[in-house]
Amino acid sequence: MSTEILDPVAEAEESAPSRRRLSRIGVIGWVSIAIIALALLLAIFGPILRPFDPNLSDLSFANVGPFGSHLLGFDGQGRDVLSRIMEGARTTVLGAGFVALIAVAIGTTLAIATAWFGGKFDASVSAGLDVLFAFPGILLAVVAAAVFGPSLLSAGLALAIAYSPYVARVLRGAALKERAMTYIAALEVQGFGAWRLCVRHLLPNISSLIVAQGTILFGFAMVDLAAISFLGLGVQSPQADWGVMVSEGKTSLLQGYPIVSLTAVLCIVAVVAAVSFLGERLDASSKDVLR
Amino acid sequence: MSEHTSATEPVLSVRGLRKVFGTQVAVDDMNFDLLPGRSLAIVGESGSGKTTVARMIVGLEKPTAGTIVACGRDRSKPARRGAERKLRGREVQIVFQDPYSSLDPRQSGADLIDEVLRVHHDHHASDRKRIVGELAEIVGLDQRQINAMPKALSGGQRQRVAIARALATDPHVLILDESVAALDVSIQAQVLNVLADIRDERGISYVLISHDLAVVRQLTEEAIVMQRGIVVEQGVTADILDDPQHAYTQMLRASVPGPGWKPQRMRERKAAADAAAEAAAS
Ligand SMILES: Nc1ncnc2c1ncn2[C@@H]1O[C@H](COP(=O)(O)OP(=O)(O)OP(=O)(O)O)[C@@H](O)[C@H]1O
Ligand SMILES: [Mg+2]
Repeated sequence: MSTEILDPVAEAEESAPSRRRLSRIGVIGWVSIAIIALALLLAIFGPILRPFDPNLSDLSFANVGPFGSHLLGFDGQGRDVLSRIMEGARTTVLGAGFVALIAVAIGTTLAIATAWFGGKFDASVSAGLDVLFAFPGILLAVVAAAVFGPSLLSAGLALAIAYSPYVARVLRGAALKERAMTYIAALEVQGFGAWRLCVRHLLPNISSLIVAQGTILFGFAMVDLAAISFLGLGVQSPQADWGVMVSEGKTSLLQGYPIVSLTAVLCIVAVVAAVSFLGERLDASSKDVLR
Repeated sequence: MSEHTSATEPVLSVRGLRKVFGTQVAVDDMNFDLLPGRSLAIVGESGSGKTTVARMIVGLEKPTAGTIVACGRDRSKPARRGAERKLRGREVQIVFQDPYSSLDPRQSGADLIDEVLRVHHDHHASDRKRIVGELAEIVGLDQRQINAMPKALSGGQRQRVAIARALATDPHVLILDESVAALDVSIQAQVLNVLADIRDERGISYVLISHDLAVVRQLTEEAIVMQRGIVVEQGVTADILDDPQHAYTQMLRASVPGPGWKPQRMRERKAAADAAAEAAAS
């Protein structure tokens, strides 16, 4: 920037931030993108494309290893593991996506509202969030399961609510910084309303941070949802879900047949790692793309 | 200040304007009238309250006391309705000092002016495009520059975009708060020429906040000198600059480095000015 002051005639060439951002992510970044694309495809088409009925149980095949078109073998109840992984991608991936989306929506709204209005509103909302912040998401989900009965919806909503103060806190700082920029003051003097300023100007300028928060939360949500389903408080067995599969694989695991739990855990870890990696990259690059 | 005997109504009229931050009095009892097409300078050392006055006039800060009337309409209280806010936006505009934070990094100058026009008027898209082109020409930006993202513009070019934004709704008063201070000297001169031309063409009134007394002399007919929130001298710019009455104004003028400039003398004058202010306060 200082060079621009010293050399006002310097014409900065047209920059291509998106291209630069992509080229910066490297091999791991591309692998991450491939994993996420695969997970999304599975979430959408898995339940249609799966080779066998994921709930068809034949105890004579219990804990039988891979053969023929049963690429991942059978679980302790003689169900095709590959079919269950494909079927379970939908609740696992979309469930985590749903949690991240709701948490980001609530958190962003609170962050922008508190940053914009400030004063007593900010103080009271921030104090409320600090209290909520102290609750671990899983604990809130357990409470929700106790009150509303165990289901993906109640667990997901509880997690989303538990995550939202985290998003709100991170984004509020960014929103406050943006709110203090003189371009916002200049547009206020133009008579622009709060809604237009927040939605058209403030929000886009913190959007990369929002996306980064969303991807990081997606990873958290996937792990926490799996843990909740593992505890039997989220997705209910026999419905296929990666978290449920880890739990169901326990018995096989103890019998010396780990492939069921391992496959489900590997799927979870791969997607979480890919999403977290990209999320952190986005977070880092969002800071120097525009200014 | 000098009483205007002219029949013309002032475009901006300030009475008993006061702003207190906590225990600190940032602005105390300011009064002035600004006539159409005339310009007023506000000078004073850092922290004397100049920006606070500007922010109160454009509604970014609420006055503790006093009234502000622009174009015959009171704006001492925050606008309650959107229509009133926009109306005020078409009366008084401002260009801030920092060219780097004064533009949305995601919006080109053309898009910015287009948005301002859309908020204020029902123009057809082609009319807006024409106005964007005209404004670009007035502030001296070419096609590529007005369509470029702020990141691709220099400080001077960004400040031109900010001036174009301020002029988009054809305001009656334009406040320039150190608007060229961050630019290097040759660019400063260019932007000042642009401002002088605009005034000649549009009959707009400026409130010029500046440390640069040469610029003050060039652009304004009247001036206000502030010290620690208090107006210590007010009147015709040339009189104040040529024959400063108040010790503080004398010091301010002497503090402009020129031939025969002596730091020692300046310090003495500063001491004298401070003593005078103390005496006035007690
Ligand atoms: N929002 C605020 N809260 C508290 N004090 C403030 C605030 N804004 C300004 N002040 C104080 O009011 C006084 C006047 O500040 P102001 O910015 O108006 O000075 P200025 O004349 O514009 O100075 P400069 O030439 O450095 O820009 C300063 O002492 C400043 O610290
Ligand atoms: Mg100032």
